[in-house]
Amino acid sequence: MRDLAVQGAQMLLVLVLAPLLLGFTRKVKARMLRRRGPPVLQPYRDLLRLIRKEAVIADNASWLFRSGPYMIFAATWVAAALVPTFATGLTFSWAADLIAITALLGSARFFLALVGMDVGTSFGGIGSSREMMFASLAEPAMIMIVFTVALVAGSTQLSSIAHYTLTNASLRVSLGLALVALIIVAIAENARIPVDNPATHLELTMVHEAMVLEYSGRHLAMIELAAAVKLLVYVSLIACIFFPWGLAPPNGDLAAYATGAAAYLVKLFVGGFLLVLFETSIAKMRVFRVPDFLGIALMLGLLGTLLLFVSRSF
Amino acid sequence: MNGAWFDIAHMLAGGLVLLSLMLLYQDRMFALLNVFALHAVLLSASVAWQAQIQGAPHLYITALIALALKAVVIPVALRRIVVRLGIHRTIETVVGIGPTMLAGMGLVALSMVVMLKATAQADPLAREDLAFALSVVLLGLLMMVTRRNAVSQVIGFMSLENGLILAATGAKGMPLVVEISIAFSVLIAFIVIGVFLFRIRERFDSVDVSALDAFRGERR
Repeated sequence: MRDLAVQGAQMLLVLVLAPLLLGFTRKVKARMLRRRGPPVLQPYRDLLRLIRKEAVIADNASWLFRSGPYMIFAATWVAAALVPTFATGLTFSWAADLIAITALLGSARFFLALVGMDVGTSFGGIGSSREMMFASLAEPAMIMIVFTVALVAGSTQLSSIAHYTLTNASLRVSLGLALVALIIVAIAENARIPVDNPATHLELTMVHEAMVLEYSGRHLAMIELAAAVKLLVYVSLIACIFFPWGLAPPNGDLAAYATGAAAYLVKLFVGGFLLVLFETSIAKMRVFRVPDFLGIALMLGLLGTLLLFVSRSF
Repeated sequence: MNGAWFDIAHMLAGGLVLLSLMLLYQDRMFALLNVFALHAVLLSASVAWQAQIQGAPHLYITALIALALKAVVIPVALRRIVVRLGIHRTIETVVGIGPTMLAGMGLVALSMVVMLKATAQADPLAREDLAFALSVVLLGLLMMVTRRNAVSQVIGFMSLENGLILAATGAKGMPLVVEISIAFSVLIAFIVIGVFLFRIRERFDSVDVSALDAFRGERR
């Protein structure tokens, strides 16, 4: 019963916090560029406004175009529900498997690429083809990271991985490599700066924006919310695997949950701040250099797995 | 043996392999030199840590020599050579970055497989040290093969030699005299290579070694 309550609280929490994280990163970024920036709550207002607006749909759009945003949002939300954010004792803990989360995010991406091509505009096609090109490197890298972490912790279940990191904290070179690789994958997956710029609509470089160009109204709101939740998922994933301190244990008391929630908030904002710091200190890459960038992640994941075989436990 | 000590030695040696892989894909001269200097700093840290673990004070001298010669003297001298030759532009690799990195990963895997089979009875610390050292040596060789610019070939050679030092510190009871003589022979090799760089450049107006192939009448 309590697990169910925690699970429900977590699902609401990720939904409520995701636009806040996005607004926070935008605000900090603007401040770092010496601009004032929109208020932190602006993403909520944008979403409300979009939901109230009329949805304009192209004449030749199919049913896929209309149902796509909901599928993307649903897959991303389920992935977010599986990652332990403030407590490990969740109802769906048994399903909170790293491979399952990767697959859920991958299917969200699949739908996004499909709806990008549905209307048949050239921008959507470009965006989808680029997204798939990045995905063909980012997903193997993610799988290598999963292998490394799973070999170290002896499980692919997030709650047991978090438990492992909490109990035997040590300097493991493989885990360090996996962390760097996961950060690179997260940056690429969330269309952040060296890979894609979330703030522009420049024809030559846009990837994510190109795919959602045809959407408006409530459909666009769903996609934007899904993108915000995805950013939250990756930050939570990194926090849960590598920095699980403060996570409330299963069947903890109320104080443990409060500590967990506070620690989670701190982790989110630290993660968002570091992301912005990285973004403002680096230039956007050419599209054709992105495979090199993602190749680094793939290489680090592979190296992490290889180095495990000369380490202590094997 | 204490677990944390082993972990730190593992991390330093693993970082050395990682930096060797980074050397492979750096395509600008100064970035290459900076990564090489970092490689040498990490090597001396690794050697110093080995001295701590093994209780062998003479290894500290090796670490100091590595730090002074390879992290300071050689990068600074190479930087001056690069400036005098006027080659700050990007350097091209013979095959693309992707295949080179894949070959590099293959070499790392190969050296792990070979070393773990060959040294099954050895002390685990020496074992992982040798495996990492072999991969650093192989990656240095790969870098010398894939680069066409003579300066980056020199850096490949130097990083290969870093791998040799790592292997030497892993083996217990390596006399100090041998290590000092290795360090100085590398320095002499560096001087000779430096002289040759200027000779090549005088004759062919370039430090691209494919000019040498053309001169010998080989066709590419």
